[in-house]
Amino acid sequence: MSFEWPWQYNFPPFFTLQPNVDTRQKQLAAWCSLALSYCRHHKLYTLDIMEAQESPVFNHKNIDRKLSMEAILIVFEELRKKGNLEWLDKNKTRCLVMWRRPEEWGKLIYQWVSQNGMVNTVFTLYELINGDDTEREEFHGLEDWMLIRSLQALQMDGKAEVISMDDGKGVKFF
Amino acid sequence: MAILSSLIYDRTSPLSCAKIVVHLHASPANKEPGPYQQSKFSYFKLSFKEHGQIEFFRRLTEELSQKRWESTPMSQPIPTATNSQTGRTRAVGIVGIERKIEERRKETEKISQSKLMVKAKEMVELSRSIANKIKDKQGDITEDETIRFKSYLLSMGIANPVTRETHGSGTHYHLQLAKQLGDILLAPLEERGGMMALTEVYCLVNRARGMELLSPEDLVNACKMFESLKQPLRLRIFDSGVMVVQLQSHSEEEMISSALDNVTDKGSLTAEEFAKLLGLSVLLSKERLLLAEKMGHLCRDDSVEGLRFYPNLFNSQA
Repeated sequence: MSFEWPWQYNFPPFFTLQPNVDTRQKQLAAWCSLALSYCRHHKLYTLDIMEAQESPVFNHKNIDRKLSMEAILIVFEELRKKGNLEWLDKNKTRCLVMWRRPEEWGKLIYQWVSQNGMVNTVFTLYELINGDDTEREEFHGLEDWMLIRSLQALQMDGKAEVISMDDGKGVKFF
Repeated sequence: MAILSSLIYDRTSPLSCAKIVVHLHASPANKEPGPYQQSKFSYFKLSFKEHGQIEFFRRLTEELSQKRWESTPMSQPIPTATNSQTGRTRAVGIVGIERKIEERRKETEKISQSKLMVKAKEMVELSRSIANKIKDKQGDITEDETIRFKSYLLSMGIANPVTRETHGSGTHYHLQLAKQLGDILLAPLEERGGMMALTEVYCLVNRARGMELLSPEDLVNACKMFESLKQPLRLRIFDSGVMVVQLQSHSEEEMISSALDNVTDKGSLTAEEFAKLLGLSVLLSKERLLLAEKMGHLCRDDSVEGLRFYPNLFNSQA
């Protein structure tokens, strides 16, 4: 399925940081939504900001408009405030994109576990994200760092426990 | 000093400086003592290093013939014998000459000013006569700026321009000015859709005044008084700092909704395109677009192609 661009993507003012505060709020909300859905569609979990500037999201060659670096950083800051982005370095060159937050992932995983009557079973982390059983699940192929955060979120809720095993980590669901 | 008897302009030697030789009589017995009690010479020479000799000669000859010192009282007592040994030649005559030069200068100034006033009067008469001629020949003259300019002259009552002299400076002056501006600007404002940039007002008013031009500060101060004087005009300052005079009846906010219609109709507009469409100056049309943006009706597209305004679809569309 090809990615569907929102109407704003073809609207030139979308690529100019709006001075009117109210207009800007709406503009930024639309950018956050677009950035996240693009990353979700392409299963992107990390972004390099220089690469991002040239990606189709922020650089719309058809209408000859691109979002300035200043504006991109503002969009990313909005995402960070909402819990969807985390900087990997102080210089803000690379970041983690959480188009689904750890809590949301945890919920999905737990749902699958309980729906399949596998509560009280121990899983290895590998099994969860790369096993045949989970192939059709959204969390299949989830990156390690995200999985761990999701499980930690479940752990906080008392729904799981991360355990150390001989050759790695595992998790038990309650 | 002895009484002067004759004066010779010595141009004999081309190599040395010009000299004036002043020959003296022997002093009469009853003469009061001067700087020198006696001298072995009966003349003295005045040497002029650079110039001034011709003028000095002329004036000195004049003074000699007029002998004003005989009727003019001494300006100060002659110094005593001991003091007079300083060597400086002080003569009431020379002081008198200086005074006369000063008087003449002042008189010339006065004449210049009054000549100027005469010229001003002439100008006023001229503009009046032109205005009258226009009135008579109404049918022949085509509509053009010159005519309007002259009618503005009339409407200003150029015969009595409000000047600092007639109304002084400070608040009273600005008050009077504000009243006058209120009268002059009504028609031009109507013609321009109810709004004029202050720079346009400045040019228009000063062109009509001709003399006694308004300073920008005076214009601004006068315009600030419109509201308190209950004039039908307002001074308005936009966020950008641009100042305009607008009719009180003019609502820029109402102009906004029609601006939105224009922009929607054309898809998008630059300030220049909008100015052309409305017959407004680019400056004022940009202010209108910016105001519409501020009110959330428009949004902007700023690129290398320029600044363009679009309807604010962020607001109107989901």
